[in-house]
Amino acid sequence: MRRAVPLAITFLTGLFLVVSFFIPHRPFGELEQRLLVWFAIVAGFTMLLGVDNLIRSHARKITRTSEGWGHSVVLLVGLVATVVVGVIGRVQFGSPFHLQSPFMFIYSYTIVPLQATMFALLAFFIASASYRAFRARNWVATLLLVSAVIVMLGRIPIGAAMSEFFPWMQEWIMTVPQLAAKRGIQIGAALGAVSMSLRIILGIERSYLS
Amino acid sequence: MGSFGMIIGTWLAGFLTFAILSFLYKDNPFYKLAEHLYVGVSAGYWLIYVAFFDVEPMLVRGFLDETGIEKWILLVPAALGVIMLSRWFPKTAWLSRWPIAFTVGVGAGLGITANIQGYVVPQIQATLLPITGLNMDSLDSLILVVGVVTTILYFYFSKPHKGILGGAAKVGIVFIMISFGASFGYTLMARLSLLIGRLYFILSDLLHII
Repeated sequence: MRRAVPLAITFLTGLFLVVSFFIPHRPFGELEQRLLVWFAIVAGFTMLLGVDNLIRSHARKITRTSEGWGHSVVLLVGLVATVVVGVIGRVQFGSPFHLQSPFMFIYSYTIVPLQATMFALLAFFIASASYRAFRARNWVATLLLVSAVIVMLGRIPIGAAMSEFFPWMQEWIMTVPQLAAKRGIQIGAALGAVSMSLRIILGIERSYLS
Repeated sequence: MGSFGMIIGTWLAGFLTFAILSFLYKDNPFYKLAEHLYVGVSAGYWLIYVAFFDVEPMLVRGFLDETGIEKWILLVPAALGVIMLSRWFPKTAWLSRWPIAFTVGVGAGLGITANIQGYVVPQIQATLLPITGLNMDSLDSLILVVGVVTTILYFYFSKPHKGILGGAAKVGIVFIMISFGASFGYTLMARLSLLIGRLYFILSDLLHII
């Protein structure tokens, strides 16, 4: 029951999806869509587990008054307030995502600026890390450095003002050598994912049961 | 949302933007507060998102609106979702392997069909472009094929990189380094663009300087 049933569920679910791809007729044809809907529903319940874990971990910090417990209070207040406001938006406007809903106020004035600034902050860290790491030690490292500089200069007005070569060259790098390597990596990764999926369906890979 | 709400929201967004940017000086309580608020609010946002876009329309609405077998079959994903919550109770936690096995099975099934259909075949199709004569496009098509093949060969570790394979792997590393450099430059420019967006928000929306 503890191992055989999950292995059977994985095998049958995976098999049904593969079969529905090759036999797009009833009853298999609609199976893929149905299983995807079920997947979304189960994933929705999984979200509860994640949020519960977050709440427990921070509630523990607050009850033990561990270091930084005040921040945990902020986190929990933010979480609860967002959920409550979302429910209010659902009841009041029919959707929490209605433009007049207070939920969208939280989204526009809290999540958007926090997320954008957090990613913008990375610009500084990428720049400082590259300043330390980028050294033309050998010819392949030089290639990386030159390629990065051309792409950066080619995407800003000053690059075009310096020479028409930079925008043209960055376009060529992005559409030919960059694309070639990216495709090679993507094809390799996709083939790897296919083989890993086969191992999971056939029950050879069982680490998800531990 | 009235204009007063917009003013409050803009000041809140401005405070949070400065709180995150303050990390550039050093880790401080304002950054910690904004960081924890971001985690809490994001968790609440995604909980509402999943409930409103997945669970409610697919499970609740589906169950209320459908009839016959289509209605009752929705009890299967609902049961799997509830079983997922058995992790809350140590004695029954092992039952949660069933819905996990289901999600892994869906992922594995899609891992085969979606990867082949969505990545491998289209990427190979887009790589094998016709050679139309002695022109730049044909040269680019040729470079693309060489780049994709040598990049894949670089990641082939079942044989030592000697002889023809070693030579091909060396060509592959040229493409890979150019690609990584270009991706780095591209990512940095995207982050800088976000930073410019935040600075514009501060100078325009918050301080009305520009």
